[in-house]
Amino acid sequence: MKRLANWRLVSLFAMLALALSGCSGKPFVSALRPAGEVADIQYDLMKLSTYIMVGVIIIVMVIFIIVFFRFRRKDDRIPKQVEGSHTLEIIWTVIPILLLLILAVPTVSATFKLADVKEMDKKDSDALVIKVRSHLYWWDFEYEKQKIVTSQDLVVPTDEKVYFDLKSLDVKHSFWIPAVGGKLDTNTDNINKFWLVFDDKKANEAGNLFYGKCAELCGPSHALMDFKVKAISRDQFDAWVSNMKAVKEPEKAQTDVAAQGQEIFNKSCIGCHAVTPDVKPEAARVAPNLTNFGERARVAGILEHNKEELKNWIKNPETYKPGNEMTGKYPDMTDEQLDALAEYLMGLKVQD
Amino acid sequence: MSTYAQKKGFGATVWDYLTTVDHKKIAILYLIAGGLFFLIGGLEAVFIRIQLAVPNNDFVSAGAFNEIITMHGTTMIFLAAMPLLFAFMNAVMPLQIGARDVAFPFVNALGFWLFFFGGIFLNLSWFLGGAPDAGWTSYASLAIHSKGHGVDFYVLGLQISGFGTLMGGINFLVTIINMRAPGMTYMRMPLFTWSTFVASAMILFAFPPLTVGLTLMMFDRLFGANFFEVAMGGNTIIWEHLFWVFGHPEVYILILPAFGIFSEIFSTFSRKRLFGYSSMVFATVLIGFLGFMVWAHHMFTTGLGPVANAIFAVATMAIGVPTGIKIFNWLFTMWGGSVKFTTPMYYAFGFIPSFVCGGVTGVMVATAAADYQYHDTYFVVAHFHYVIVGGVVLALLAGTHYWWPKMFGTMLNETLGKITFWLFFIGFHLTFFIQHFLGLWGMPRRVFTFLPGQGFDAANMVSSVGAAFMSAGVILLLLNIVVTQVKNVKVGNDPWEDGRTLEWAIPSPPPFYNFKQLPLVRGLDALWLEKMEGKKGMTPAEPLGDIHMPNASFIPFMISLGLFIAAFGAMYHVNDKPWAIPVLILGLAVTFGSMLVRSLKDDHGFHIHKEELQDEKGAEA
Ligand code: HEC
Ligand SMILES: [Cu+2]
Repeated sequence: MKRLANWRLVSLFAMLALALSGCSGKPFVSALRPAGEVADIQYDLMKLSTYIMVGVIIIVMVIFIIVFFRFRRKDDRIPKQVEGSHTLEIIWTVIPILLLLILAVPTVSATFKLADVKEMDKKDSDALVIKVRSHLYWWDFEYEKQKIVTSQDLVVPTDEKVYFDLKSLDVKHSFWIPAVGGKLDTNTDNINKFWLVFDDKKANEAGNLFYGKCAELCGPSHALMDFKVKAISRDQFDAWVSNMKAVKEPEKAQTDVAAQGQEIFNKSCIGCHAVTPDVKPEAARVAPNLTNFGERARVAGILEHNKEELKNWIKNPETYKPGNEMTGKYPDMTDEQLDALAEYLMGLKVQD
Repeated sequence: MSTYAQKKGFGATVWDYLTTVDHKKIAILYLIAGGLFFLIGGLEAVFIRIQLAVPNNDFVSAGAFNEIITMHGTTMIFLAAMPLLFAFMNAVMPLQIGARDVAFPFVNALGFWLFFFGGIFLNLSWFLGGAPDAGWTSYASLAIHSKGHGVDFYVLGLQISGFGTLMGGINFLVTIINMRAPGMTYMRMPLFTWSTFVASAMILFAFPPLTVGLTLMMFDRLFGANFFEVAMGGNTIIWEHLFWVFGHPEVYILILPAFGIFSEIFSTFSRKRLFGYSSMVFATVLIGFLGFMVWAHHMFTTGLGPVANAIFAVATMAIGVPTGIKIFNWLFTMWGGSVKFTTPMYYAFGFIPSFVCGGVTGVMVATAAADYQYHDTYFVVAHFHYVIVGGVVLALLAGTHYWWPKMFGTMLNETLGKITFWLFFIGFHLTFFIQHFLGLWGMPRRVFTFLPGQGFDAANMVSSVGAAFMSAGVILLLLNIVVTQVKNVKVGNDPWEDGRTLEWAIPSPPPFYNFKQLPLVRGLDALWLEKMEGKKGMTPAEPLGDIHMPNASFIPFMISLGLFIAAFGAMYHVNDKPWAIPVLILGLAVTFGSMLVRSLKDDHGFHIHKEELQDEKGAEA
C-alpha cells in the first residue's frame, strides 16, 4: 500500500518536472533556464514580480467571480446609487504602492549591479574584455588583451566575469544570449558595456553551446542573425587563445584539393575574409574572420556545419540570408571550385 | 432649409459626406475609414501568423515580412485604433456634454480628411515599390539605411495624418472647455468625456515630438540632411527619444478613451453610478500626466545607464497604482448592482481579466534589470497586445455594439454579438498568452522565421490557430452589421433602457442639430436623475429658438488633397524626376489656395427657424 503511494508520488513529481521543463524552454536558449549570475539575478526578479502579480490577479479574480454570480440582474430593482468608499479607495491605493516598493527596491539595486563595469575600465586590470562588433547579419569578436579576432562563434571561459564592449558598424543591433543574461543594444553612436558570467555546470547541461541572437530589427535577415557561444573552462580557453595566437600567417592547405581551394580563396574571397586572427582596424573587418572556420558550430550562424551546406552557402548566400553583404561580390563558382573551397575552409582549424 | 429630412440619391449622399461638417457624420466617416484600415491591419496580422505557424516557412519573403509587420503596427495604431476612437469621440462626446456640435466643425472635417489622405498615402506604398520596412518605431539607423521609398511613405503619410490627429485633439479640448450645456460642470461630465478630454490634452503635447522626429527624418531621407547620420555628427538615439516621447503617451491616448467607454458600459448595465467617480477622474488625469514621464522604459537596453533606467523603472511602476484604482472601481461599480449581460457588457467583463494580465506584465517589464531579458522578445509582443487588444480593441468592439443604435438608429443582433465576443475573446488569449512564454524561451520579436529545434514550434502553431479564431470573430461582426442594416429596424431614444447620460435623451440617430433645446444638467448621469424622478426626458435650459448651424464645405477635402499630391512630389524629387518639383508646388498651391479661399470668403452658416423645429416630431430634447 505504502509502496504504491510512493510510486504515485514519484510519478506525480516526474510528471510535474516534465511539465515544468516543458514550460521552461531549452537550456541553451531559454531565459527560464538561467546559466550564470546575470541570468540568475534576472530570473529572481522575474519570479518575485510574478508572485506579486499573481497575487494581484487572484484578488481581482475573486471579486470578479463573486460579482458575476451574485449581482446578475434578476428583477427590475434599482440598486442603491453608491458614490464610493474612502476606506476602500485608500486600501486599494496604499496596498499597491507597498507591493510596488517591494519590487522597486531589488529592481534598482539589480539595475546598478548589472551596470557595474568599473573593473574593465581600470588600468592594468586583468578582466577579460571582449569587443563585440555587430554587422548586417554577423558578429565580430575582438579579444582586446589577447589581441585576437574571431567571428560568429564567441568563445568564453566559464565561472568568471566576462566584460563586453558593444558597438555596431552599420545599423543598430542588439546582443543577446538568453540563457546567460539579458540583452544590450549595439548602437551606432556609442559604446555600451556590460558583463556576463557563464556558469560551468549549466554550460555542461546546455552542451557547452549557448545560442546568441540579434534582438533589434535590423533588416530582412534579422531573424537569422544568430551566433553561438562556446563556454569552456579557463584552461581550455587559455589553450584556445594560444592556439589562435599561433596562427601568424594563413595556414597552408593540407591536400591538393584544399590547395586549389586556397588559391581560389586568395583570389576571390580574401579581400573580405581574413584567415589570420590578428587585429586589423574595425572598419577593415568587413566579413567574418575564418581563421578557425573548420571548428565553427554553424555556417553563417544558421546552417549545419558540413561541406554540403557550406557549398550551398557560397553558391547562393541570398537564399539563406536575404540582404546579406556577401551576395554578388565574387564570381560564380563551378561545382569543382566549390568542392575545393569547402575542402579548404573546413580544414581551417586551430586546435588539433 | 428643410431639405435635411428628405431622402437623397447615392451621388447626393456621397457629396453630403465629402462636404459634411456635422460631427455625427464625421464620426461615421471615421468609423468606416478606421474600420477599413482595421481590416487591412488584421489581414497583415493573419499573414504574420501564417508565416510563423511553422519553422522555416516561406509563405512570405523576409523583406516582405518586415514590410508587413511595419504596416501592421503603423496601421493598427495610427489608422485603425486612433480613428475608431475618434469616431466615438465625435459621435458621442458632443452629445454627452449637451452640445450641438464641436467647437470648430470645419476643422473637424479637415482633421478627418488629413488622416484619411495620410492613411491612403501610406498604404499606396504597397503598389508603388514597397511598403516601409523599418518597424512601426522606424529606428533611425535602419530607417536611413532602408532602400526604396518605403520609409518615405511612412514619414510623409504619418506627417499628414498626424496633423489631422493634432487638429482633432485641439478641437475636442476646446469643445469640452467651451460647449458644455448649462449645469454640465466638469465634475458632472461622463467618464468617456473626461477621458476624451485628457487624451486630447495628451495629443496636444505628444504629437509635436513626433512631428519633429518625422521632419528630421524627412530632411535626412529626402533633402540630404544628416540629423541621424553618425559619421556626419548626427545621432540616432535622438530619434528613439523623440519617438517614445510621443509613443508612450500614445499608448495612453488609446487606452484612456477605452477606459472611458468601459466606465460608461459598467455603470449603465449595472444600473449604478460609477463607483468612486472623483477618484476615477483623478486617476485618469494622473495617468495622463505620468504617461509623459516614462518614455525611456522603451529604451532600457539602449544603454542610458543605471541612473536613468532606475528612475524610469520606478516611475513606470507608479502608473500601476492609478490603473489599479480604476480596475477596483469598476469591480465595485458592479458590486451591489443589477448587472445585465448584454454584448457590450460581455466585452467589458472580458476586458477585466485580459487587461489585468496586460497590466501586470507591464509592471514586470518595468522592472528594468529583468526587462533586459523581456525587451524586444515575444514577451513584449504578448504584453502590448494584452494591453492594446485586451484593452483598446475590446473597448472598440464594446463601443461599436453600445453606441451603434445611437449612431445608426438600429440595434446590432445580440446573439451574433455574443458569439463574436466568444470567438474573439478565446482567439485573443489563444494567440497571445503563449507568446509570453515564447519570449522567455528566447524568441526575439520581429523575426520573419525561426529555426526548428529551439522549442518554439508548438507554441507558434497554437498562436496561429488563435489568430484564426479572432479572424472568424471579426468576420461575424461584419456579417452582423450587414444583417442589421438590411433589416433596418429602427429604435428609440434609449434602446438599452438603462441609459444614464445625455446622448440617450435624444433620438437615435439624433437630428443634425442634436438638441432642439439645450438640456439643463442637474448632476452626474443627467438623464438617469430625470428618469428616477419619473420624467421622460431632460428639462430644457432655454426656450425654443432659432438654431445657428455651419454650412457644409468641400474645402477640408481640398486642403488635404493638396498635401497628398505634394507628398508625391517631395518623395520622387530624390529620383530626379523632372515632374517632382512641379507636383510638389502644385500640391502646396492647392492646399494654400484652398486655405486662402476659406479665409477670404465669409461663411456665416444658416439658421434653422423655430417654426421648422416645432414641426419636427420625435426630436424633443
Ligand atoms: C564583399 C565581401 C565578401 C566576399 C568577397 C566574400 N564574402 Fe563571405 N561573407 C561576407 C559576409 C559579410 C559574410 C557574413 C554573412 C552573414 O552572415 O550575413 C560572409 C560569410 C561567409 C561565410 C560564413 C562565415 C561563418 O563564420 O559562418 C563563409 C564560409 C564565406 N563567407 C565564404 C566566402 C567565400 C568562400 C568567398 C569567396 C568565394 C567569400 N565568402 C567572399 C563577405 C564576403
Ligand atoms: Cu541584427
